[in-house]
Amino acid sequence: MCLAIPMEILKIEGKTAEVQVGGVRQTIRLDVISEDPAVGDYVIVHAGFALSRLDKEEALATLKLFQEGLNIELT
Amino acid sequence: MSLLDSFKDPHLCQAVLERIHAELHGELRFMEVCGTHTVSIFRSGVRSLLPENVVHLSGPGCPVCVTHDSEVALFLELAGKNAIIATFGDLMRVPGPEKRTLKTAQAEGARVRIVYSPFEAIKLAQDNPNDKVVFLGVGFETTAPAIAATLKTAREEGVHNFSVLSFHKLVPPALHALAADPELQVQAFLLPGHVSAIIGVEPYRFLAQQHGIPAVVAGFEPLDILQALHLFVTMRNKGQAEVINAYTRVVADAGNTKAMAMLNEVFMPADALWRGIGLIPGSGLVLRPEYAAHDAMQVFDLTLRDVPQIKGCQCGDVLKGKISPDQCVLFGKACTPAAPVGPCMVSTEGSCAAYFKYRV
Ligand code: SF4
Repeated sequence: MCLAIPMEILKIEGKTAEVQVGGVRQTIRLDVISEDPAVGDYVIVHAGFALSRLDKEEALATLKLFQEGLNIELT
Repeated sequence: MSLLDSFKDPHLCQAVLERIHAELHGELRFMEVCGTHTVSIFRSGVRSLLPENVVHLSGPGCPVCVTHDSEVALFLELAGKNAIIATFGDLMRVPGPEKRTLKTAQAEGARVRIVYSPFEAIKLAQDNPNDKVVFLGVGFETTAPAIAATLKTAREEGVHNFSVLSFHKLVPPALHALAADPELQVQAFLLPGHVSAIIGVEPYRFLAQQHGIPAVVAGFEPLDILQALHLFVTMRNKGQAEVINAYTRVVADAGNTKAMAMLNEVFMPADALWRGIGLIPGSGLVLRPEYAAHDAMQVFDLTLRDVPQIKGCQCGDVLKGKISPDQCVLFGKACTPAAPVGPCMVSTEGSCAAYFKYRV
């Protein structure tokens, strides 16, 4: 029950949004998330509520950090 | 490869693993305190790839598993009253006194409905205006804001026949209790990514500052977990202990302030009972007096009372990292996912269930 997964926003209507992951569609609530997400954003969904937006730029930055760290060590 | 799949990239994972191998001296005993980490570490195969000197302990991170026997007894008491119970599915098979469960209560005629979201319970209450609908509120800081939002809506829309039995638990006080335990042999904490998305990083600082235990807020992909382990190794080699947010794509250092405000508007902290650990001061959430009309404890005049604990189940020692599940004499014999004795075998996120499914 603790599972929270990233899902993509397809449509927003007031306090609810339609989201999908792997072909599964679902309607979720947006009461709790702090920034207004946009269609195409990924949000972390738990118990039918979006908790947080998944920041793609931060994701890229983290990956870059991982890779850089490794390259420095590997060369 | 999509951006999210990159966090599963086997080559990157392999490279991080090799560094852990090369740089770790002595044993590293780390504990995760999140059911999603438990499942992810087993299912992704990370656990089987770890060097032998990296020891994974699965702590009190499964809300169902830490729900106390006395609390389960109240669920069952409620089932005997004239009410419709709405619950997450995981609670259905958690054994209470005399091995009774919500499932057995349901078979005997109690009205128990499984919902995916607490919000569905409002609809259930509106569809059954002549009945009282109670939602069983278990979960950590991840779940509590969703329940808070649901309660706010119920109050605003005047859904008078809806209440919540709140046994929510808070993660930092439990970490406090664990870190203060002289028998604890945990050298690093893998912090729960989604709890942290709500509460932020600040509430964990005491781990490093007071106890000298390093901790990393981590995501749930294999690379996230390995990277966190590598950070532990690096900190140890430098003689440092810090609390690091390595899940910045989801967790802001300040957390989700809107969710926290909502949580604090509806709930207030109170002492709470944890299975196996006992009473931890300030580790639970109860409804504020303004929400008394939606507080199932008051609506049904319930009181927590002592109940005998499940015989032979060592869930409590498992949750504290004192034994591994297979050290319990019942593990895999009298206790299996098909016929669980304790809650750690019931929930898919429970340590015993994960052990059973992926290791045996
Ligand atoms: S194996 Fe079963 S009885 Fe033993 S600690 Fe785990 S849940 Fe309890």
